[in-house]
Amino acid sequence: MTDIPAAFLTALRLIVTLDPQLAGIVGRSLYVSLSAVVIAGAIGLPLGAAIAVYRFPGRRAAIVLLNGLMALPAVFIGLTVYLLVSRAGPLGFLGILFTPAAMILAQCLLITPIIAALSHQVLRALYESYREQLCSLGARPRQIVWTLLWDARFGLTTVVMAGFGRAVAEVGAAIIVGGNIDRVTRVMTTTIALETSKGNLSLALALGVVLVLVAVGVNALAALLSGATAPRG
Amino acid sequence: MSILPLMLDGVSLRRDGRVLIDDVSLTIAAGPKTVILGPNGAGKSLLLRLCHGLIGPSAGRVRWSGPEAGSARRRQAMVFQKPVMLRRSVRANIAYGLRLHGHAAAVRAARIDRVLARTGLAALAERPAAVLSGGEQQRLALARAWALEPDVLFLDEPTANLDPGATGAVEAIVAEMHGGGAKIVMTTHDLAQARRLADEVVFLQRGRVAEHAPAADFFAAPASEAAAAFLAGRLFW
Ligand SMILES: Nc1ncnc2c1ncn2[C@@H]1O[C@H](COP(=O)(O)OP(=O)(O)OP(=O)(O)O)[C@@H](O)[C@H]1O
Ligand SMILES: [Mg+2]
Repeated sequence: MTDIPAAFLTALRLIVTLDPQLAGIVGRSLYVSLSAVVIAGAIGLPLGAAIAVYRFPGRRAAIVLLNGLMALPAVFIGLTVYLLVSRAGPLGFLGILFTPAAMILAQCLLITPIIAALSHQVLRALYESYREQLCSLGARPRQIVWTLLWDARFGLTTVVMAGFGRAVAEVGAAIIVGGNIDRVTRVMTTTIALETSKGNLSLALALGVVLVLVAVGVNALAALLSGATAPRG
Repeated sequence: MSILPLMLDGVSLRRDGRVLIDDVSLTIAAGPKTVILGPNGAGKSLLLRLCHGLIGPSAGRVRWSGPEAGSARRRQAMVFQKPVMLRRSVRANIAYGLRLHGHAAAVRAARIDRVLARTGLAALAERPAAVLSGGEQQRLALARAWALEPDVLFLDEPTANLDPGATGAVEAIVAEMHGGGAKIVMTTHDLAQARRLADEVVFLQRGRVAEHAPAADFFAAPASEAAAAFLAGRLFW
């Protein structure tokens, strides 16, 4: 066993001195997960709003499906994306297996249902209260979708943060489709898994601390944003 | 040229096996201010919603049959019994409807300033609408509808939460809009207000039109038993 207090001290030193290896991994993690959340938000938010507004056959089934997809394990998504983008797969021509692009794709698939399902929940209530007024003013469904997204934007930041939190903390998909290649696809969670299994606790611990800080920081930011700028009442 | 008259032909509305609006046939013509009277739960709000096209009837037909009926959606507005405030500033609440109706920014600004001033909300223009008092929200709802300059305005108890001064101001605005050529269709509980504003009365009881008469006749000598009881304060629900 490594000496845990010593490992912890080394971890702190790595953070405080902005160790280049550590910084590289953190940066890559943020790049991958932020890219994923931007794309997933661009798809999931309008999707959640559309499901709240439009009435179509199979709508209830779509909601149930989305809620179910929220619980999909990351390793399963990883496996699916692996099969899709591996050389023999239908997206094999892209040649993105073991690249950050594949990780972004996988995390996107992981969190788009989360963002869509949670935003649907947020927007359904708002739509109920707005529906008659907006119809009276002559708004068409498409305009109602954008109105809901805009007027609920503070509540929706929390939804997006939840998606980001899930993406940045998942390990299963990142390791399967990224391959945990040093300086290419190694991110915080995959490094923690690898270094812990090698017994190199200090880097793992340092990354663990950063991961917690990122998670807390992002949520604090969301709370601050919605608290400081949301209309009162 | 107008979208009026509005014809209701055997209109019924059922929900959960209950008949809420029962075989209403009614013609709402251009001109007189129409006041819909009736006790709580008579179906006044539902009738306005049906007229405004927010809900479809279970049976019968609601039809704008004027020469410009094709543009009916854009030429009517409604002030709801419970005002719905968008989560935006007071000004943005008014701008929203104007933008939907395709008005240019300059027109929007001018109309917003005018209706804000006239509803006594100018000082509150930049506040979030959600923080306004109940009466202020009701005035904002009126301002928002007014800014659209509709041909037909439906008002569902527009002064229910207002103090006497604000009630007077709202009645003056309603009269002014009517003077400008808008058709007014409103509900009220307030008999004194009905006497002041109504040119014709539609008396509703348990989802049925019990009486549709010129205001003077209605108040002088109601033809129906129910209306007489209501005017005497003896009809409850
Ligand atoms: N969506 C609905 N589903 C079922 N019942 C409804 C629905 N909306 C209204 N009702 C019922 O229909 C009746 C008429 O409602 P409405 O709101 O039109 O009454 P009102 O005449 O406007 O009353 P008030 O003077 O209290 O505003 C009430 O008994 C109400 O409970
Ligand atoms: Mg009512």
